[in-house]
Amino acid sequence: MSISDFAIPAIFAFVLIFALIKKVDVFTEFVEGVKEGVKTVSEVFPALFALVISVGMFRASGATTFLSNAISPLTDLIGFPKEAIPLAILRPFSGSGATAIADGILADSNPDSFAGRVASVMLGSSETTFYVIAVYFAATKIKQTRHTLPAALSGDVLICVLSAIVVGLLFY
Amino acid sequence: MMKWVFCTLILLSIIFAIISGDVAAVSEAALAESGNAVTLAISLAGVICLWSGVMRIAQKAGVTEFLAAAFRPILSRLFRGINAKGKAMQYIVLNLTANLLGLGNASTPFGIAAMKELEKEEQTGEKASNNMILFVVMNTASLQIIPTTVAALRLKNGSSDPMEILPAVWIVSGVTLTITIIVTVILSKIMGRSKRKS
Repeated sequence: MSISDFAIPAIFAFVLIFALIKKVDVFTEFVEGVKEGVKTVSEVFPALFALVISVGMFRASGATTFLSNAISPLTDLIGFPKEAIPLAILRPFSGSGATAIADGILADSNPDSFAGRVASVMLGSSETTFYVIAVYFAATKIKQTRHTLPAALSGDVLICVLSAIVVGLLFY
Repeated sequence: MMKWVFCTLILLSIIFAIISGDVAAVSEAALAESGNAVTLAISLAGVICLWSGVMRIAQKAGVTEFLAAAFRPILSRLFRGINAKGKAMQYIVLNLTANLLGLGNASTPFGIAAMKELEKEEQTGEKASNNMILFVVMNTASLQIIPTTVAALRLKNGSSDPMEILPAVWIVSGVTLTITIIVTVILSKIMGRSKRKS
């Protein structure tokens, strides 16, 4: 038994009790939410499909292995698994691409291996940096984003380093 | 942006395939991955439906507003120079709370509204204000209680415990968020100073 076993049941219990007190029609809203979920999936699917195909071809061509081997002397220094390098590169650019490549990494290395865990933690802790910046500033007349990108990217680098360290500390 | 990601991946894979001589593998991948894309979408669909069902209840019950009220004091200390009770602050708090709950559909509209309100309140013109930068940077660092996509991917690929990475995700995203906030604030101060000098 650990905190991760309790997280989901605890959230369900909290939400349901909170909703019952607030007299929310719990079942109807749940079903409505599922409907929204189906819509989300169908909206995401075409882009996800495109990225799964292109990432799959990229991996099959040996390009990821080549890229990982080329960069691994650098990442070995901090104990970062080279299998997760392609995810680190693609993550800021494309959410669907990151999902596709993480799926490939988890299929090749076991999800419960060091590389599988680091890739999982990275994907769970990061966002599609360039997309977020583009969408948020597009809503305004801002042309100069100043230090937004350097600050955001420093966070992405930090996530890679910390994922390897924290997984190492917690699991090994 | 996406057209470049898509074309780079495919064209590079074809070049690599020709160099390594294994063109068949790439051609096979294109077909095999079409099927995998559908499997992947179905795996994700399950978890996404479950989560959006529960979170729809949470939203209707006002959990977002409830948590937002708890975060407001901390956040109004981070975003300086704007009205703590103003519209911009209100949307900032709602956006970040929705992010925490993994409500992608709800958080983006709040975020865009927050940017527009910041623009109005701070009269930014063409240059991003320090508050805007901090807000966008906080959005690029994810803080999510339950990383649903990761859970679905781990389940699909046969993890014996898909949720075991949860504490690690919390630590990594929490520490990253804290440090990037500090970095952003420091950068804002340095940039502000150099501007005054010039």
